[in-house]
Amino acid sequence: MAATGKKVMVTVRKAPHGSIYVQESIEVMFIFATYDMDLSVVFIDDGVLALQPGQDTKGLGIKGFMASLGALVDWEVTKVYVDRRSLKERNIAEDAVIAIGKDEDTDAPIRPQVLDSAEIAAMMAAQHSIVSF
Amino acid sequence: MKLSILVLEGPYNHEASDSAYNFIQAALAKGHTIRGIFFYDDGVYNATKLMDPPQDDRHIAKRWSELGATGVDMIVCVAAAKRRGITNEVLVPNVRISGLGQLASMIDECDRFVTFGD
Repeated sequence: MAATGKKVMVTVRKAPHGSIYVQESIEVMFIFATYDMDLSVVFIDDGVLALQPGQDTKGLGIKGFMASLGALVDWEVTKVYVDRRSLKERNIAEDAVIAIGKDEDTDAPIRPQVLDSAEIAAMMAAQHSIVSF
Repeated sequence: MKLSILVLEGPYNHEASDSAYNFIQAALAKGHTIRGIFFYDDGVYNATKLMDPPQDDRHIAKRWSELGATGVDMIVCVAAAKRRGITNEVLVPNVRISGLGQLASMIDECDRFVTFGD
């Protein structure tokens, strides 16, 4: 059992629904959150599209993962970030990304923290490992 | 250095599986050790003995199995395997089915972790 609190980052770089990458990255987040590691998650490149609200996969006949993303904080996946440049390139407003949970006291939505590429690069440099999806 | 490897793509269709294998061979040749290899997503297809490629092509599952015979920990994700009909009965020798917790351990116990996917 991993028990040394190492820094591990999961990167989500793929557009949702076209492949299973985003869905399986969320499975990894949920499992890793139960281990004693310093877990962080970054949505970057086309991965930021997974954070757009109002996605409905019924027509695709696939289960989808929007409910899971909305419950990241409940699963103790709390260090969740999104790349500012990737949002901008795709014309997604920074305050338009979905909530990943609610503040326990105020009920206010918790959204992924928007970071500049340089900040993400610095975080990446500090990781023990990066799991890239 | 101790390395762990994640393979996210299936055999023959995508280069990720070959790249992972070639990377591992090069690393071993340089004196590094492999803590473990974890097959996830379509990567689980790498370990089925049902594959039967033409004789003049590489046998990807056999290749992985031979690597496993040297003592490298080779794990197929149980959830990804169930989705795709990969059971213990169809696995090549020296590869086993287990959960994502094993991936966490592989990451924890390596010096470098490398993902091979799309």
